[in-house]
Amino acid sequence: MIARRRREAGRSRTKALLAASSIAFVLGVAGQAVAAGADAAAEISPEQRAAEAESAWPNLKPDLFGDRKLIEGTDTVAIEAPKRATDPAVVPVKLSFDPTMDVRKVTLVIDENPSPVAATFEFADGADIRTLSTRVRVNAYTDIHAVAETADGRLFVTKTFVKAAGGCAAPAAKDPEVAAREMGKMKLREFQTGDAALNEAQLMIRHPNNSGLQKDQVTLLYIPAHFITDLEVGKGEQPLFTMTGGISISEDPSFRFTYGSDAAGPFHAKASDTEGKVFEKNFAGEQS
Amino acid sequence: MISPLLRAAALVALFATFWQAPAAAGSFPAFEEIAPGVYVRHGAIAEETPENAGAIANIGFIVGDDAVAVVDSGGSVADGEATLAAIRRITDKPVAYLIDTHMHPDHVFGNQVFAAAGAHVVGHRRLPAALAARADFYKQSMSAQIGPALAGAVAITPPDETVAEERRIDLGGRTIVLRAWGTAHTDNDLTVYDERTKTLFAGDLVFMQHCPVLDGSLKGWLAQIPALKAIPAERVVPGHGPVSAPWPEAIDAEARYLETLAADTRKAIADGVPLADAVPTIAAGERGAWQLFDDYNPRNATAAYAELEWE
Repeated sequence: MIARRRREAGRSRTKALLAASSIAFVLGVAGQAVAAGADAAAEISPEQRAAEAESAWPNLKPDLFGDRKLIEGTDTVAIEAPKRATDPAVVPVKLSFDPTMDVRKVTLVIDENPSPVAATFEFADGADIRTLSTRVRVNAYTDIHAVAETADGRLFVTKTFVKAAGGCAAPAAKDPEVAAREMGKMKLREFQTGDAALNEAQLMIRHPNNSGLQKDQVTLLYIPAHFITDLEVGKGEQPLFTMTGGISISEDPSFRFTYGSDAAGPFHAKASDTEGKVFEKNFAGEQS
Repeated sequence: MISPLLRAAALVALFATFWQAPAAAGSFPAFEEIAPGVYVRHGAIAEETPENAGAIANIGFIVGDDAVAVVDSGGSVADGEATLAAIRRITDKPVAYLIDTHMHPDHVFGNQVFAAAGAHVVGHRRLPAALAARADFYKQSMSAQIGPALAGAVAITPPDETVAEERRIDLGGRTIVLRAWGTAHTDNDLTVYDERTKTLFAGDLVFMQHCPVLDGSLKGWLAQIPALKAIPAERVVPGHGPVSAPWPEAIDAEARYLETLAADTRKAIADGVPLADAVPTIAAGERGAWQLFDDYNPRNATAAYAELEWE
């Protein structure tokens, strides 16, 4: 809640700044040739606006991490996302971790989203998670930050910039009738990594993961958000990771991960959503 | 803090200085008679911009002995008004029906013009929910495309009546048949068939020249192509492309594209290629066959991957 309030304060400041720059710009070009105006008009392109807008990060950082130091410029955590998203509601993000650093927790922050913390992942002792890919909604041109916490309690940060807009306000399902019918189905795939010491799997969950940012046009009230809040994934006796998620994870959440653990036994997953529904599956004998 | 008044004044000044007038009514594409009593205007094969006022879809109307039915209302109020004016230059019969072929803004953002003119608005049974879920999003995204002036004038107008399967409408001496389809281009695709001239208005179930856009279900779209082809039409009006083309061969290029999209996506999934790496390769061989390919194919590939990985 604190994060949200500060976030809103940041937004109104941003708006004030934009308004101020509009006025300055109008006063500045008054009496000048129209050609100059055309150049000035080009200055408020979405790219420029995003670049000039006050970043949300200076407010987010203390809310999320207090006064703890965030170490930059290392390979402890790396982030990959497309520079320009093909679909703002399905933006692939891949996190990679330095296996020597024993990362235990990572927070994925989409700075300019209405609810910036997309997810927090915690990695179990012995899971040895090396990469983790998911898909997120992106609502505006934004930095995406990943903050990794190592077993010794240090925080490492990295970021990337993504051009996308409208991913949170866009309705979740292309076909709501199918989405409602299939909700809670899970699928697990395993992949060959070409490295005998490294395993790879993908967990997929059918869920609208509705952002709650669409308005019901009859009542003019926002449709309640409905998304997966908690997820636990393990293999045999070995827990692998947990996720605490928000509205920025795309519809039909997908988590593809590489890991060093050689745990035997079937994968299992348990997810809970905002309506208290629990989806649980043991993947014995049906991995594809 | 800047006073709201000053801010408003600044915005007005900004607006007055740089607002570019959208296409004037006279410059909207002209309607041509593609079959007796069937008129279509060509939508530009382009993204929507303030200059084209959203007039990028093929829009048509059918004139019966008693009444006129309009098929899609255009991409803005100005676009709808241009169509209504064009109808009035051809006939003074009442515009009794507006038929929405699906939810996309370039097809329904002129609805209010025809509703105000007394037309009964008809759409797919899932159109009201689809529009309701997207109204805010469309107003926001369209403001970025056709500009705040044109987008701000739009009052998203749902249908008065919906069609679950089929609806026959008598325009006086000629009957048009509305058919609601399963999820394909969107989850609310509706076609209009004029029995007298054997003309099929396919909406965006048929794209020609313009890269097809997938906003529904790839499997659903492919599965319904045989039923579409079985319609005994002589000509089709695609949602985007020429105003008229011979049926059913007009759908061949789109069918090939969708099959390629599905085949390439299925191969990437089977090979374990992650979404981000797969998208640039999917249907890449179709690039030369379509306009606006780079605007739409990557999004189609993303949607196809997300759909087909659940097979």
